[in-house]
Amino acid sequence: MRKLKEFIIEKLILICGIASIFFVALIFLFLLREGLAVFKTVGPFKFLMGKSWYPISEPPQLGILPLILGSLLVTLGAAIISIPIGVGCAIYIAEIAPAKIKEILKAGIELLAAIPSVVLGFIGMVTLVPLVKSLFHLPTGLTALSGSIMLAFMAMPTIVSIAEDALYSIPKNYKEGAFALGATHWQTIWRVMLPAASSGIVAAVMLGIGRVIGETMAVMMITGNAAVIPHSILAPVRTLTATIAAEMGEAVVGSEHYFALFAIGIVLFIISFMINVTADIFLHKRQS
Amino acid sequence: MLKKIWLVLIMLALSTSVFAASGKNSIQVKGSDTMVNLGQAWAEKYMEKNPGDFVAVTGGGSGTGFSSLISNTCDIAMASRSIKEKEITLANQKGIKPNEIKVAMDGLAVVVNPANPIGKLTIDQLAGIFTGRISNWKEVGGKDEKIVILSREVNSGTHVYFKEHVLRKLDPNSKEEFAPSALMLSSSQAIADEVAGNPVAIGYYGMGYISPKQKPVAVAKDEKSEYVIPTIENVINGTYPISRPLFLYTNGVPEGLVKKFVDFTLSREGQDIVLATDFVPVNR
Repeated sequence: MRKLKEFIIEKLILICGIASIFFVALIFLFLLREGLAVFKTVGPFKFLMGKSWYPISEPPQLGILPLILGSLLVTLGAAIISIPIGVGCAIYIAEIAPAKIKEILKAGIELLAAIPSVVLGFIGMVTLVPLVKSLFHLPTGLTALSGSIMLAFMAMPTIVSIAEDALYSIPKNYKEGAFALGATHWQTIWRVMLPAASSGIVAAVMLGIGRVIGETMAVMMITGNAAVIPHSILAPVRTLTATIAAEMGEAVVGSEHYFALFAIGIVLFIISFMINVTADIFLHKRQS
Repeated sequence: MLKKIWLVLIMLALSTSVFAASGKNSIQVKGSDTMVNLGQAWAEKYMEKNPGDFVAVTGGGSGTGFSSLISNTCDIAMASRSIKEKEITLANQKGIKPNEIKVAMDGLAVVVNPANPIGKLTIDQLAGIFTGRISNWKEVGGKDEKIVILSREVNSGTHVYFKEHVLRKLDPNSKEEFAPSALMLSSSQAIADEVAGNPVAIGYYGMGYISPKQKPVAVAKDEKSEYVIPTIENVINGTYPISRPLFLYTNGVPEGLVKKFVDFTLSREGQDIVLATDFVPVNR
């Protein structure tokens, strides 16, 4: 009886374990099935490199280059803003801050992670967008830069907590050895701690970026959604995620437009998959 | 343990019976964002008059309404454009027969910031601005400043109507499109807010959204015609050039509760609500 119970529980846990992989596989298969149909009407090259996105015209023009570049530009901007601040914050928390401040900072960062993205988008729309507009004398503040700044806030909690973890898990004798050799605190951090934690920090950055590229609501609200190839970070852009979110409701099921949106989903899936794999490689490098 | 299971089962049975009961005298209305306020006003008044009946109104865009009607997840679709050939075919495949009922008219206002000196434009100039051929306000007699074009997303009936009637001037062979640089905003209110805060922006939406923070532009068919501002009188007498019908779509000829609601919208009382929400009645 007891053995049977053990057996059942073990198998149940096994099913739970397999379930997540099973679901990912199902999602990917579904995406492929719905998305690949678009290539009957438009070639893969024309789809990825096409410069105009007019999905509801007759015939539809389904070029997603402006959308890909829009997503990359917003992500790049967010990375440039969030990486130095995030890593700096992690170093401060792990190495310098006194215990009390450390606790406050950690709680604050967890709180930042808990803010729903739509709220961040809303705050950005009423505060950041007018500021960007007047600061740079632009015709409109709905730009890639506004999106980047808001998304940097979303990437930061991930970057800080994982990077801090990486710094924290460096063996103590590294630090003691550096001090023993007469290195100052800053020299120790810069020359010993950071290189030792580098793979963990890279993983933190990649996971932060992964969060940014998949973010939808905030970018949809503050980047203007103009499907044009961006020439500067001060121009409006339309991202892959915002396009799917904004247009899925309208797309007639079974139309080219519908399939094209799923194909955009595949592109997004591949991008975030690559980012996650890169992060994973660096994480494993650190462990071995 | 056993007791608990029984309790849960009883609760489940109770809740499903409640849902089943409410299913009989409730209708789902879904679609055009332009018509959401109107639909809600109708529903409120209707439920006041018919206690016990329940009408749920949601937006999402005309296209969303049609896809819900086709997938049978709503009883009435609100639409600010007629149903497309493609959608009819799709509906017929699923055994749905869309039935069109015209319930109101709407003037599409083109709006600029009150600080913008431009007060009137021709349809040609509008087409030029929204396709991007005209990119500076000085080309239409304004200040030397770049024009910021605001448009609705493609799931909006207003977007489709404006493209077909202003950009393409109803020419089926026309290939005109909104300029790629046009900002796509997700609601009429978002356009209203951006126009209110941006002196170089131009946008369009249903007349109901005009407030003192935006200035509606007087529009003329061509240079020789009169410039007309979007008001209810001008839409009724047909002088305002960009006006459109608003529809309810049902599956087949309406029956029962759906018919009761549709009849209400066309009644004197329903049409008064149309007027009160800044649209133009069709049944007077």
